[in-house]
Amino acid sequence: MADTFEPRAHVAHMEKMLGLTIEEDWRPVVEMHIAAIEKAAEAVLDFPLEDHAEAAPVFVP
Amino acid sequence: MSPESKELNARTAAQTVTAVNSGDIRALEVAYASLEAIESLNPKVNAFTDVLGERALLEARAVDDAIQDGQTLPLAGVPYAVKNLYDVEGLTTRAGAKINRENPPATADAILVRKLKEAGAVLVGATHMGEYAYDFTGESAHDGICRNPHDTDYMTGGSSSGSAAATAAGMVPLAMGSDTNGSIRVPASFCGLFGLKPTYGRLSRAGTYPFVGSLDHLGPLTRSAEDLALIFDVLQGHDPADPAQTNHPEIETHTRLAEDIGPLRIAVAGGYFREKALPDALNAVDLVAKALGASLEIDIPEAARARAAAYVITAAEGSTLHLNRILQRPRDFDPETRDRFLAGTMVPAIWVQQAQRFRSWFRDLFRKIFENVDVLLAPATPFPALASGTKTFTIGGETMPARPNIGLFTQPISFIGLPAVTVPIWLEGAKLPIGVQVIAPAWREDLALRVAHQLELSGVARAPVAKLS
Repeated sequence: MADTFEPRAHVAHMEKMLGLTIEEDWRPVVEMHIAAIEKAAEAVLDFPLEDHAEAAPVFVP
Repeated sequence: MSPESKELNARTAAQTVTAVNSGDIRALEVAYASLEAIESLNPKVNAFTDVLGERALLEARAVDDAIQDGQTLPLAGVPYAVKNLYDVEGLTTRAGAKINRENPPATADAILVRKLKEAGAVLVGATHMGEYAYDFTGESAHDGICRNPHDTDYMTGGSSSGSAAATAAGMVPLAMGSDTNGSIRVPASFCGLFGLKPTYGRLSRAGTYPFVGSLDHLGPLTRSAEDLALIFDVLQGHDPADPAQTNHPEIETHTRLAEDIGPLRIAVAGGYFREKALPDALNAVDLVAKALGASLEIDIPEAARARAAAYVITAAEGSTLHLNRILQRPRDFDPETRDRFLAGTMVPAIWVQQAQRFRSWFRDLFRKIFENVDVLLAPATPFPALASGTKTFTIGGETMPARPNIGLFTQPISFIGLPAVTVPIWLEGAKLPIGVQVIAPAWREDLALRVAHQLELSGVARAPVAKLS
């Protein structure tokens, strides 16, 4: 995922999709932060989990 | 400040409780002393955003009346402050944000504030915090820099910055904070305090402003381990108003504090918790381990991944909470949090869901680890307080932004909701303290508190009032 993730393109796409306001001097910092989150997510996604591993939050009806 | 006030303010909560209950001093005198300290010291550290003199005096008088009537109160006359994300009746809950101070005043106290009041504690004010609790530094674009009372050129840590500064400076013996990824344990480390992050789901968060519901905890900061236990026992109790709070049986910690810790199996957390620490953090852990006779080091696999998963959940869940505000009023955010919240709106669902699945896996791993040990020791922060304004730090050749990364060692622990007490250590010749986490299995705050208390009794951990004149 790291090789293919493009923070600039991702931010540009999501900005449009969500209708966010990102001024030009904020943009490099926002891109840096989404890149940091992506790097963290990459570590999480790389870990093999069994199909029965359920997400932690439990809804109590 | 008068010498009498200074002496009263240097007392622990337990000492004040004994003196007020026995009639040696009045709660009103203690409240006046605390308010005097705030007036004199707060301009130097910027710990308080709201001072509640009138309320404090009213509450103190009510405590004195109750004592006069023969009552004994578990927190009689203890002055305390709350991070400004706790609802306080009549006060707008800022949550460190500019936007939230436009909200109407809270119509009722947070549940924990109510419990403290019933126990005889006296609320003196609300404290500085990083915007929406997304902070480890104590520096805010809206409320300025909160300064470390042990050296005002250094950070308090965050996001419970003002609660830590107020306690370390001796303005109060107790302040309440919140901890999502380390926001009690980090400022406790930087400001030299005892800080308790209880088990996830232990204390009700009703009436406090959320950050990341999956990870949010509340807890106290004090200058003594005994005080943590005293206060923790008052704060427990089931409250259906917090959907994450469980009905787990309450535990009595204060009366069991002095129980022998000899039989406890205590080990040092290895792997990630050693590799990412700088020398002061390693030395502090080693000092504590030696004092406790803990020679075993246990490798903790996948701690870096756990921290990464907490990072992803925090970004996505925190940004979801603030989506409308970040869409409509991005310029009203602190720039340091704005860009992180903006980035957090762009997280694909699959990253978050996988992080939550990994959370279950990591919890199960720790359950196995705790079959063989009772308590783990780990650094609270990789280093003592950074100088104010520090933007980056370097560990193992890797340079990273300071604000999101100071909680390297606290994040994997709160990720799976384990209780942890930060104990303050002053290394020989050090001009600033550093904290060590005493980590226990879920629902066993008593074990961490007993170990912290022994470290306090032996003089290894100590939290002197800062010499802020």
